[in-house]
Formats: sequence, C-alpha cells, structure tokens
Amino acid sequence: MHLSLVDWLIMLVYFVFVLGIGFALKRYMRTSTDFFLAGRSIPAWVCGLAFISANLGAQEVIGMGASGAKYGIITSHFYWIGAIPAMLFVGLFMMPFYYGSKARSVPEYLRMRYDEKTRAINAFSFAIMTVFSSGISMYAMALLIQSLGLLHGIVPDHWVFHVSIVLSAVIVLGYIFLGGLTSAIYNEVLQFFLIVAGFLPLVWIGLRNVGGWQGIQHRLPATMTHSWRGMTHASTNSLGVEVVGLVMGLGFVLSFGYWCTDFLVIQRAMAAESEESARRVPIIASIPKMFFPFLVILPGLIAVSVTSHGAAANASPSLSQQAMPLDDAHPHGIIPPKIDPITGKATLDTNGNPVYNYDLAIPVMLLKFFPTGILGLGLTALLASFMSGMAGNVTAFNTVWTYDIYQSYIRKGASDEHYLWMGRMATVGGILLSIVAAYAATSFNNIMDALQLIFSMVNAPLFATFLLGMFWRRTTGHGAFAGLLSGTGAALIHHGLTRPADAAVGLHGGWIHTIHFYPSDMAQNFWTAIFAFSVNLIVTIAVSLFTNPRPEHELVGLVYSLTPKPVEKHMVWYERPIVLSISVIAVLVFLNLIFA
Amino acid sequence: MGLDIRLPLGLLFLILGVIMVVHGAMTRGSDIYASSGGMNINLIWGLVMLLFGLIMFLAARRSSK
Repeated sequence: MHLSLVDWLIMLVYFVFVLGIGFALKRYMRTSTDFFLAGRSIPAWVCGLAFISANLGAQEVIGMGASGAKYGIITSHFYWIGAIPAMLFVGLFMMPFYYGSKARSVPEYLRMRYDEKTRAINAFSFAIMTVFSSGISMYAMALLIQSLGLLHGIVPDHWVFHVSIVLSAVIVLGYIFLGGLTSAIYNEVLQFFLIVAGFLPLVWIGLRNVGGWQGIQHRLPATMTHSWRGMTHASTNSLGVEVVGLVMGLGFVLSFGYWCTDFLVIQRAMAAESEESARRVPIIASIPKMFFPFLVILPGLIAVSVTSHGAAANASPSLSQQAMPLDDAHPHGIIPPKIDPITGKATLDTNGNPVYNYDLAIPVMLLKFFPTGILGLGLTALLASFMSGMAGNVTAFNTVWTYDIYQSYIRKGASDEHYLWMGRMATVGGILLSIVAAYAATSFNNIMDALQLIFSMVNAPLFATFLLGMFWRRTTGHGAFAGLLSGTGAALIHHGLTRPADAAVGLHGGWIHTIHFYPSDMAQNFWTAIFAFSVNLIVTIAVSLFTNPRPEHELVGLVYSLTPKPVEKHMVWYERPIVLSISVIAVLVFLNLIFA
Repeated sequence: MGLDIRLPLGLLFLILGVIMVVHGAMTRGSDIYASSGGMNINLIWGLVMLLFGLIMFLAARRSSK
C-alpha cells in the first residue's frame, strides 16, 4: 500500500503535536506529584476523556472491530453490560475512597486499608501486567504496519517490524518522559478526538454504502443484528454464552474488577482537581463510552455486509438496499482470509474452509472507503489508539514502580527530587521492558497467551477484595490476602477442570481432568471469573471473622460506613453524580431496547 | 497545569482541517472519490474539523483572558 504525501503530512503534524505537548509541559514537572498525579489539577472533562482513551488501545479498536465482524452487534454487551454499570459504580461509590484517602495509587489504597502484603501482591502483579500489555500493544501495532505495508518502499521489508517498534517506543517515551501523567492525559484527549474524527466518516460512508442499518439487517443473519436475541441459551447466540454467565461473569465480576480496581484507569480520575471532579470523571467517561460501539463495532458489521466482489461498493443507497441477503451463517464480506506465513496461502480450517482474519476488519474498511487525505487521518487515528494504550500502561507502571515498589522496598525516605528522577527512569525501563515483551510475543506466542491467562486469573477475584474492604469494616488484611490467593487458586483449578467443547486439553483448560465442557472460550472465561470472585468473597469473610480487624479510627476515609458522605447540595442539579448516572442508565436502557 | 488542552487541540484540528480542505479542493472531481460514493469527503470533513478546531481554539483564548 502506498500513502500519498498528504497522508504522511497528516501523520507528521499529529506526531509533532504529541511531542510538542510533552515539551510544553516539561517546565511544569517540578515535584513527583506533578509527574505521577498531574498535580491533581486536571478538569473533570479532560480526565474523563483520558479515562476512556487510556483503555482505547489496540485490543479495543482492532479487537472490537474484529468481534463486530465475527459476532455482530451482540459485541456491544462488552460496553453496555461490561463497562457502563461499573464506570457509574466507581464514580458514585468508590472514588471518594480512592481520592479522599490521599492514596497515590490503587496498591497504596490496599496498604492503607489492609496491610503491606496485600499491597505487595497487587503492586507486583500489576507492574508485570502493565509492561506486558504495553508490549502487546507495541507488537500489534508493528504487525499492523507490516501487514498493511505502510512503510513499503521507504524501509527495507525485513526492517519494517523493528522500525515500527522503535518509532512507537521513542514517541511514547518522549512525551511521557518530558511531561509525565499530564502529558499522557493531554495526549489521550487529542487521541480521543482524533479517533472520533478518523472513524466517524468511515461509519458514515460505510452505512451509505450498504443502505444504512436496514441494509445491514437485510444482509446479515438476525443473530448478528440483535444484541439480546438467543441469549437464553449459549447454543442460540454467536458468543456462545448464556445470560447468567454474561451478566454475572462479564457484567459484574470482570467489568467491575477492571473499571473499579485497575490503576491504569483509576489514575486518570485521581488526577482530577477535586474529589467532586474525581467522582464525575468515570461518569463523564461513560457518556462517550456508551456510543463507542457505533464507532468501533459498526465498521466490523459493515465490513461483513459489503460484498467482496464490489456489488455494494459505489452503489447508491437505494440500489444497495435491493441486494440479496447473505444466507451464510458467518458472512465475511471484504474480510481477507488469514495467510499462512510459511506457505503464503490462505489458512484452512478442519473442514477445508478458509479462516478469515477478522482483525483486519477496520484496516480493510479504511483502505476500501477512504481516499488519500482522509486515509491519512484514519490511519493516524488507528496508530493513536495503539499509542494511547501503550502510554496508559507506561504511566501506570512508572507510578506503581516508584511509589509502591521502589519507595516501599528499595529506597525509603529519599528526597522528592530523587523520586521524580526515578519516575523518569522507570518510564525508560517500562518502555525497554515493553520492547522485550513485544519481541517475546513474536517468538513465544503461546507463552504470551499463557501469561495473559494467568493475569486474568489474578484479576478475576480482585473486585471482591475491594468490595469488602470499602463496604465492610470488619474485613482484615489477613482475610484479604487469603481471599486473593484462594480466588486465584480457584480460577486455576476451575480452568484445569473445564474446557470449551471444541478445544484440546492444554492452554484452553482441562489440564487437570475435564469434568465439564463449556460451549465457548468466552463462557469458560466468564464462569472462571464467577468462581474466582465467589471463592475470594467466602474466604475473605471467613478468615476476617477469625482475625482482628483494624481499629475504627484508622479506617475513616477508607470504609463507607465510617466516612462522611460527599455533600452535593451546592452543586447545580445536572452536575450531581447521581443525576448524571440516572441519565446515563436511561440512555443505556434505551439503546438496549433499540438493538434488542 | 498551566496549559489549556483546548489550545493544542484546537490548533491541531485547525491545521489538519486546512490540509484536508486544500487537498479536497485540489482533487475536486477526481476519481479518488469513487470509493466514497462520489462525495468529496476531504472537503466536507476538512471543513467540519476546521470548525471544531476554531471553536476549541477560541474557547481556550477566551478563558485565558
């Protein structure tokens, strides 16, 4: 693929701005609080957009586009069930503790509420996870640049992957090293608007091309255009998950475990200028988040609605509405087949049918519908999403490393200037470790899958620890620690005793002995999370009842019943978190009804 | 933190908008727009971005006074 001069110019302007923000903010980085917490001075709307942008990495844009193409609008459950309720909950009930306790990180909150060992388990696992996540983003971005041939003819083909890794690392390192969390947050706001500007016209042109939503409904099977149809049983919907597993596993355990406890996103809310602002951050973030399925999932649906031989392409809306519906159970539209890197031919499944590369849904949409000029904007938006994911992980890593590991276990009592210097060094270290992780992903794909699996098992029980810590004053540090370990152990055992119906023993489960088959990988993941959460909850309560709790005066500001409730009377009615939340829930119900 | 985010945001969209409008004007009637149904998407979307950039830039200037 060859880009024109104007496409390169758009990319260049964007990256100059990204680094320019880092340089502009460098002089404001005087203390470690400035560098790690943005001086706690950022307006709520800016933090709110950064809150969702930090999560808008490679997995989101490419992954959700791919899921949209593969499963249909049912993928919107990952937003409407799997994100919005948790975002409202953390804003309404949990931010007062995170912000009001003056904790500088989520692991530090765990130390204040529980004890050192509970903080340590969270800090170390989180630090390792963020580096791997950043590395995977870097790897995915380099792979995309390589497969799209963006640098073809500019850089020798065998160097493209390495050049992509180095370029993305240098840019992210540059603006975080200079401007810390503020620079990351400001750039995440730029990235948010750029992603909207790059993908909105794609959806607009795509919908015109296939005859609007009616055209998509006409071409695709009903299970792909209705989000709640067939959810009563796993065998009657494309996700292979039933409603209890979806609502409890995704909608409660996994989503609350991520949005309410992951420092990557909580750090953005902690940078807000006041506790009131911090409470509004996740709620403000939930408003654009609610409409993101139309920006990232809909292009996937359009990609499988467009006929590959071009019948729909360039047709007027009225003409394309007359197209015959595709009677395939899984139409593939313009999605290309996966190419075997060794033979160079299309990969075939066990039945001899081609396996389609759904990860390319959004890139092929950009190439099909965008002329030069706006193509540069779309590709820049795509690259920006990868970088925001990387930067989010690196800023979370440098804070947890400096405050929760270095200051706690390696060098206590040093000057603030020293910790500011260490934060910058941790940024360099985080980027270098991300590069190592990116290259590890190229050589040991299965090891990376296994690591991701283990991390998901560490994360799954985490929400129970926070829930009990914030809402039950009797919970003890010993209880929390035992619960976390038991929850992770339960997740491992559940995984070892179950597997998806169509998977072999190994990474997909059943490595102890298969006593239960799940209809899909996703169903197994959701139920693993439910088991992990439940075991953590029960063990934490049981151990807490047999151990001594901390004195109540030490828990003020850390536990709901011992903390003064936030005063909202002086706020304008429409700015109150509860009013905003009710409005969001009303729109959420409306969206679910429309696409049911 | 000393820098109003609307300033760089507005400037970025102003510059990108100008680039796209100029490119759209130079390629008016070209067959590169066949894929987008004959619509000069560069010109249209460039103007939208220009307008958004202008609003952001002016809002930042106004609040700094």
